[in-house]
Amino acid sequence: MIINHPLLGPRDAQEFTYLGDATLINRPDWQSENALNAFHDYLYLRDNPAGEHRELWYHEQGDRSWLVVTRNTMTHEILNVELAHDVAKAAAAERSAQ
Amino acid sequence: MTNGNRLNGGLIDRSTNLNFKFDGKNFSGFQGDTLASALMANGVRLMGRSFKYHRPRGVLTAGSEEPNALVELRSGGRQEPNTRATVAELYDGLSANSQNRWPSLERDFMAINDRFSNFLTAGFYYKTFMWPKAFWEKLYEPVIRKAAGLGSLTGEDDPDAYDKGFLHCDLLIVGAGPAGLAAALTAGRAGAQVILAEEDFHLGGRLIAETGALADVSGADWVAQTQAELAGMGNVRLMPRTTVFGAYDHGIYGAVERNADHLAMPAEGKPRQTLWRIYSKRALITTGAIERPIAFENNDRPGIMLAGAVRAYVNRWATTPAQSLVVFANNDDAHQTARDLIAQGVKVPAIVDTRPDAPDVEGTEVLKGAEIINTSGRLGLTSVQVRTDKGFTRDLHCEALAMSGGWNPNLGLTCHQRGRPVWNADIHAFVPGEEGLPVGQIVAGAAKGDLTTDAALQGGANAAVTALSDLGITATPADLPAAQDAPVSLSPFWHVKGAKRAWLDYQNDVTVKDVKLAHQENFTSVEHLKRYTTLGMATDQGKTSNVGALAVMAELTGKSIPETGSTIFRPPYTPVAMGALAGRAVGKEFHPTRLTPSHKWAEEQGAVFLEVGNWLRAQWFPRKGETHWRQSVNREVLQTRNSVGVCDVTTLGKIDVQGADAAAFLNMIYANGFAKLPVGKVRYGLMLREDGVAYDDGTAARLAEDHFVVTTTTANAVLVYRNMEFVRQCLCPNMDVQLISTTEAWAQYAVAGPNSRKLLQKIVDPEFDISNEAFPFMACGEITVCGGLRARLFRISFSGELAYEIAVPTRYGDGLMRALMEAGEEFDVVPYGTEALGVMRIEKGHATGNELNGTTTALNLGLGRMVSTKKDCIGNVLSRREGMNTPDALALVGLKPVDAKDTLPAGGHLMNLTGPVDAAHDQGYVTSTAYSPILNSSIALGYVKGGFDRKGEQLRLVNPLEGQEVLVEIVSAHFVDPEGEKLRA
Amino acid sequence: MHKLKPITPLGSDTPRQDVIGTITITEVVDQALASVAARTDQGATVRDAMSDKTGLALPDVGKSAEVGPYSAFWMGPDQWMITAAHDSHELLAAELKSSLGDKASVVEQTDGWCRFDVAGAALCDLFERLCNAPVRTMKPGAAIRTTAEHLGVFLQRLADDRIAVFGPRSSAGSLHHGLVAAARSVA
Repeated sequence: MIINHPLLGPRDAQEFTYLGDATLINRPDWQSENALNAFHDYLYLRDNPAGEHRELWYHEQGDRSWLVVTRNTMTHEILNVELAHDVAKAAAAERSAQ
Repeated sequence: MTNGNRLNGGLIDRSTNLNFKFDGKNFSGFQGDTLASALMANGVRLMGRSFKYHRPRGVLTAGSEEPNALVELRSGGRQEPNTRATVAELYDGLSANSQNRWPSLERDFMAINDRFSNFLTAGFYYKTFMWPKAFWEKLYEPVIRKAAGLGSLTGEDDPDAYDKGFLHCDLLIVGAGPAGLAAALTAGRAGAQVILAEEDFHLGGRLIAETGALADVSGADWVAQTQAELAGMGNVRLMPRTTVFGAYDHGIYGAVERNADHLAMPAEGKPRQTLWRIYSKRALITTGAIERPIAFENNDRPGIMLAGAVRAYVNRWATTPAQSLVVFANNDDAHQTARDLIAQGVKVPAIVDTRPDAPDVEGTEVLKGAEIINTSGRLGLTSVQVRTDKGFTRDLHCEALAMSGGWNPNLGLTCHQRGRPVWNADIHAFVPGEEGLPVGQIVAGAAKGDLTTDAALQGGANAAVTALSDLGITATPADLPAAQDAPVSLSPFWHVKGAKRAWLDYQNDVTVKDVKLAHQENFTSVEHLKRYTTLGMATDQGKTSNVGALAVMAELTGKSIPETGSTIFRPPYTPVAMGALAGRAVGKEFHPTRLTPSHKWAEEQGAVFLEVGNWLRAQWFPRKGETHWRQSVNREVLQTRNSVGVCDVTTLGKIDVQGADAAAFLNMIYANGFAKLPVGKVRYGLMLREDGVAYDDGTAARLAEDHFVVTTTTANAVLVYRNMEFVRQCLCPNMDVQLISTTEAWAQYAVAGPNSRKLLQKIVDPEFDISNEAFPFMACGEITVCGGLRARLFRISFSGELAYEIAVPTRYGDGLMRALMEAGEEFDVVPYGTEALGVMRIEKGHATGNELNGTTTALNLGLGRMVSTKKDCIGNVLSRREGMNTPDALALVGLKPVDAKDTLPAGGHLMNLTGPVDAAHDQGYVTSTAYSPILNSSIALGYVKGGFDRKGEQLRLVNPLEGQEVLVEIVSAHFVDPEGEKLRA
Repeated sequence: MHKLKPITPLGSDTPRQDVIGTITITEVVDQALASVAARTDQGATVRDAMSDKTGLALPDVGKSAEVGPYSAFWMGPDQWMITAAHDSHELLAAELKSSLGDKASVVEQTDGWCRFDVAGAALCDLFERLCNAPVRTMKPGAAIRTTAEHLGVFLQRLADDRIAVFGPRSSAGSLHHGLVAAARSVA
């Protein structure tokens, strides 16, 4: 596969390490009342969709960026690629705004 | 032998005579020949034996789809089984042997199978070798394995080099026939980056196999002229002898270039083959079409060939399979075979055409509405039996037969992403479907179903224009020569009714009868048909057989062919040598090797090395007179504990962490706290996975308020760095922290033992006070050594001794080791390897990978209190789960034999003194064992249920597999210096 | 002056050079390296400071720059590798840190890497056997992180006929073997 890196352009998926579901970015609050359940769900209850999926890929043999790749798991079509750092910053900003 | 079947013309160089051997007999051919064409020219029809029935076989095709003429090419380490004679280029000295026969091709003992063909039908193995079950492993399988398979492997190492590489292009064109060449001209002239790959050694495809493909110029001349123009373009890469074998995601194609298969052996230093990974923006598939046979009784005798293949041999290689040849066809195209042969003076007694309205051909008789119902000739065709339209039977003497049931577009690469072919009723064949074509792939020419030369040329040029316009490159179709454009005239005809032993799949010996049996037993789906009969398997993957068998099944089920289904193809298109896939990564270059800074010095000392991941680490340093590794290791341990030893620990991962939030970041990645660690101090740190399991440990040294150096275990250096980047970018995106690995930048040595300070004081520059008061346990600092070289010093200990780790820039690592050894002479300094390191850490009770085994928690390690509850960290919350905090949780303890003479086996399990030895009564297990020269005893570390409160208790250490049982006592994991007095001395 | 003798990544007193056909492979040991990573939101400040101190305009993604004794290539977001002559700038990291202060994280990388400069007309033929980087379209001044022989490497195109390869120092032997084998293939 070819992943279109937001900074570097198209790069071979061989250069990347795959992690999985991008919801791993949304780590629960360790001090919340139901932290134990929240962490359980965070770590173990993931969707495994046949179709569009947001995934974390790490450009280990490149610029060491973590990416959020939206990929169709049936066709391998890649619909969007973002820097995970940007996604995480936006999510953090949203959380603190709430 | 003479070239008795050689004709005039052709693309062979008659001035270059090539001598070769087949089954030990000497022959000669010309430059430009394949092994098949040269054998044919020498009058050889018999080239192999079939897989199952050991039927005598000759060449069927003129290309890579060949199912029959498989040979063992070359000898010794270069011997290659199952090589298709039709694509093996002839070279001087070539030597090939037929296969799947014993003792000889003419007299094959296993041909007896053919007599028992009534028993060896489809599903034979499944039905026969079921009972008794015990016979399978001992009898059936070995016997079947011996009989199965075609050629044999050499068993020797391949002496040749294979290479691999990566290519990029705008347009990859697969196949250099009329469509491919027209496309390459069009795209090349438009300035696009073009790769034109052709599996043959000669470009042109059917253009060089046909006499009348182009109107005003010979096909060969136009090909030569086009090739010359393309070769002159800097933006076009011509790749003959290159098979594109797979279409992968997003425009990536796999290809094998046969750089030296046409030579006796590759030139010095040159690869035999190169595996290419091609990144294409667009790919044009112009792989042409493959002719299909007709199934009739005994249609597999040597001399029976495809009609288009016969034309290729006649026109390109100037050879005929025989001096008299009959044609059997259902279409006009095959009539050209007769015309080409007649023009060369070969006798064509008749054309047998299944169509009642077939046209006449000058120079021969056309038997219209007729069929061939049987053939004769044991080792080669001698005659065919024809049933005429009136129902009379007629024998025709001939030594070869050219048959044609029409042409199938060559769909291989269009199916590699599960593209489903669709039926085209105009040409009675499957063509590529719109759906499922690999991204960026376009098909043109005969591969798309455009079966005339004119349509192929035009289609290729137009497809190139379309492909390039997608990329924003403007192209205009190349001007092309006038070409043959007679429409396909064909009436579907798949098999002669009533025939039984009529071959559909030559390579796997699948006949019409087998398909009928599959139908009778309800294996009617295409996928079942394939598995039940083995149709379409093995080296040719059913290129000539799949559609014919499907047609027979369709007839049996009363459905149409498209209703019956279609088969799709997987990579590779043709077999790929394992050597090509391995490329340069063979032998000791299989993976990169990492050498430590003291490697050269250690080699001089005669060190024994151990592979640790990619690293080579000194395992021990044998001295004169030592005959057993244990002697060396014991000496290294004792000398270190009694005086001082030095060990290269560069392999530990080192990660530089800087930034305003560096301390907060370490708090997040380590279970224990780092915020309050003072500058100039080191702290042990334990890393958890998010599920609360401990996965790595090491130290973090604070060099400045905003600067730490983290160490990891050797094995986890890459993983820890990756996880730290994940925390930095994804979980703590607003922290100001920057990471970079410095593992390789610093040579780091452990200097351990009571004399370590005295030794280092001779190395460290005098302005740095490293006395116990100034530089206590867990101190760190940036210093200089040996007269001004920048260095880092850490007072940490893995061995349990007074110890330091000292680091200098890697280029000086060799020099520092030599300096330490020289300065340490007065202390009898000893270099120690990973074995002594392991013994000492077990004596001290330090955990490594054996203990951090992916199931153990901080609590198990006795480090439960390290997991801070005052701060967040990875794994913090889930480490507090109830089930991971039970009172009888496994606890890391030391174990020693009750009888000091006993040896503790590694990996054994622990059981109570009485009671059964089984999993239900398991009390824990041993993780590490060593012989401790200090304690004169075998010792071990292990996990015991509730073990922290069971010190002094005796258990049985058992290994039921080996019948071992040793009585052990639970002790503290810290066998030496439990109070840490040595560390702080 | 300290008394320790350095050795090269390939383990010798002197850098190695191989000439294979038209290709020359030279082990380069005379460059000091330091990584510079801008602290949060300090990218622009670091660029200015680097420009003042060294004259280098820190390069954008996929690029390198060279001024006087200094050169730089892009490593990652807001992160660069700076090189300078080892003889005169052995303490490059300290030198840069003193100018950049707490605006950047600076780390000595000199001996983290081995470097081979590969020169010759068949340069692209050689590199397309080693890495997936589009070397033919990389102009002088282009830099890329990629893999060669299973190793993470940087390629910096120095000129039409010259590419510098930076690989992990401990694997210098494996990288060198790959370069030599590929050079023989294309020689």
